[in-house]
Amino acid sequence: MSDDHVDGNALAGDLREIFAVDLTAATGRCAGCGYQGSVATLRVYRNAPGLVARCPHCEEVVLRLVRGRDRAWLDLRGTVSLEIPLPS
Amino acid sequence: MAIVSPGFTGRRRSPDAQLPPGQYLAEDFPVLTAGPTPRVTTDRWEFTVSTEVGQRYNWSWQQLMELPAEKITTDIHCVTKWSKLGTRWKGVSLDVLLEDVETAADYALVQSYGGYTTNLPLEDLLDGQAWVAYRYDDDDLTPEHGGPARLLVPHLYFWKSAKWVRGIQLLLEDEPGFWESAGYHDYGDPWREQRYQGD
Amino acid sequence: MARTAVSGRLTWRVAELAETADLTASARRLVFDVPGWPGHLPGQHVDLRLTAEDGYSVQRSYSISSAPDGDRIELAVQRVADGEVSPYLCDVLAAGDQIELRGPVGGWFVWRPADQAPVTLVAGGSGIAPLMAMIRTRAAEGSRVPFRLVYSVRTPDDVYFADELRHRAREDAGLDVKLVYTRRTPEGSPEPPGRLGVATINTYAWPAEFTPNCFVCGPTGFVETVSDVLVALGHDPRRIRTERFG
Ligand SMILES: Cc1cc2nc3c(=O)[nH]c(=O)nc-3n(C[C@H](O)[C@H](O)[C@H](O)COP(=O)(O)OP(=O)(O)OC[C@H]3O[C@@H](n4cnc5c(N)ncnc54)[C@H](O)[C@@H]3O)c2cc1C
Ligand SMILES: [Zn+2]
Repeated sequence: MSDDHVDGNALAGDLREIFAVDLTAATGRCAGCGYQGSVATLRVYRNAPGLVARCPHCEEVVLRLVRGRDRAWLDLRGTVSLEIPLPS
Repeated sequence: MAIVSPGFTGRRRSPDAQLPPGQYLAEDFPVLTAGPTPRVTTDRWEFTVSTEVGQRYNWSWQQLMELPAEKITTDIHCVTKWSKLGTRWKGVSLDVLLEDVETAADYALVQSYGGYTTNLPLEDLLDGQAWVAYRYDDDDLTPEHGGPARLLVPHLYFWKSAKWVRGIQLLLEDEPGFWESAGYHDYGDPWREQRYQGD
Repeated sequence: MARTAVSGRLTWRVAELAETADLTASARRLVFDVPGWPGHLPGQHVDLRLTAEDGYSVQRSYSISSAPDGDRIELAVQRVADGEVSPYLCDVLAAGDQIELRGPVGGWFVWRPADQAPVTLVAGGSGIAPLMAMIRTRAAEGSRVPFRLVYSVRTPDDVYFADELRHRAREDAGLDVKLVYTRRTPEGSPEPPGRLGVATINTYAWPAEFTPNCFVCGPTGFVETVSDVLVALGHDPRRIRTERFG
């Protein structure tokens, strides 16, 4: 089970606790290799002190989410940008 | 208020007075990982200490094996709340590895194969407090648990005991590692429950 | 169909277990009443949270297997040996018990009935759950989008929703169902048991030229294998949507 990652879809609940829109349907660009794809296509490792999402192309970390008792930390340094679909 | 699920206890035993606050006893040895498990063979393995002036000290696997090793029996405490008592390891003390290293640094950034990093004060690596461990329970350390070698700093939360260790960078200023830059505590003393920044 | 709420941050809701029954010897269906449920899209999941007396709590994700139906949602949970949460859900939680959940979440692994492209569904074990929601929503909406389901299970006793799938394969026009057995086939079956491979997917899924939407769900290793096969068969990776259960 240790190497068993899940899809970026699994981030949906924890991200929706912070953001008002679904970020897993957003398109992100990897700072490491330029891969562009939906956040839902990232590889998420959960058996860890936080959630670690890696690029499916180069395996670099693109997003980290740590949930404390009364705070969350979101580290996006591996992401160049996020394109977020919004209702028109 | 959370709804309590009657009869739900989770995979753990009740808290124990021997344990740091908020910790539970684990019977197995959970495997935590933030990415794919690096597979490093001992013929490719190398350990490097670099100082604040760029001086580098290297050890091959062979050279590590030739250094005096110690057997360590210790409790370990993971920030995800499990603790394990009396774990048995074998490894080389950092006192041995750092003996001839000249430095004025106060901090260390530990680096691993696979890109993981963690920071701690240099003094926490000295005086019989830290090892580069390569055996667990009389067996070679498996890749899942950080083999061929991992850092062992059992007086701090276990994320400081970097798996797949490949080097230590000695620094004049503290530089946050992988989890420390995403909310976890820079020091991480389990007895003071220093889980997150500000604890 | 109910529109999924897209605004506002998500909070935990209290749900009550309304019904529960065995799906197979190792899986259970759980039907919850969730007052104020905003509706969902087929493929979405919920996060479920269990809290012990002393405050220790854990959360897990489960796909919704039902089509939108007022305040009710159905989950299909496989009992994982030594698991922390699934044995509790399958063996301890009883009708009338309350639990916390939040959702629906996930806007990517969803089928939208307005999309007219043919659909290939590939499930491994409990991975049928979100695909079942798609099959049921298709029927409820009277959609004519052609669906093909390839469902891999160990033995004939491990098929979730077996009766319903048999019935739907007959009654739902435009739905094909292919069961693949990895350990033991039904009595009299001419095919030996075996893992899902290129040949089966090539035969029973829509060919790449039809530019189908492919939804693949199940254990991580299974999903990995199937998506590699689909890519090798010429499917555009952007049309392959996956949900790994771990
Ligand atoms: C988006 C999404 C949707 C999902 N939908 C469904 C669904 O519809 N139906 C479904 O059945 N599942 C689904 N899953 C999987 C589900 O979330 C759980 O992972 C699954 O139920 C197992 O949880 P558990 O607590 O029972 O097992 P866990 O306690 O998480 O254990 C899982 C396995 O790891 C081992 N393990 C884990 N930790 C330890 C440890 N410390 N020591 C020893 N062994 C350990 C266990 O022995 C077991 O084999 C979904 C997952 C995702 C990400
Ligand atoms: Zn990348």
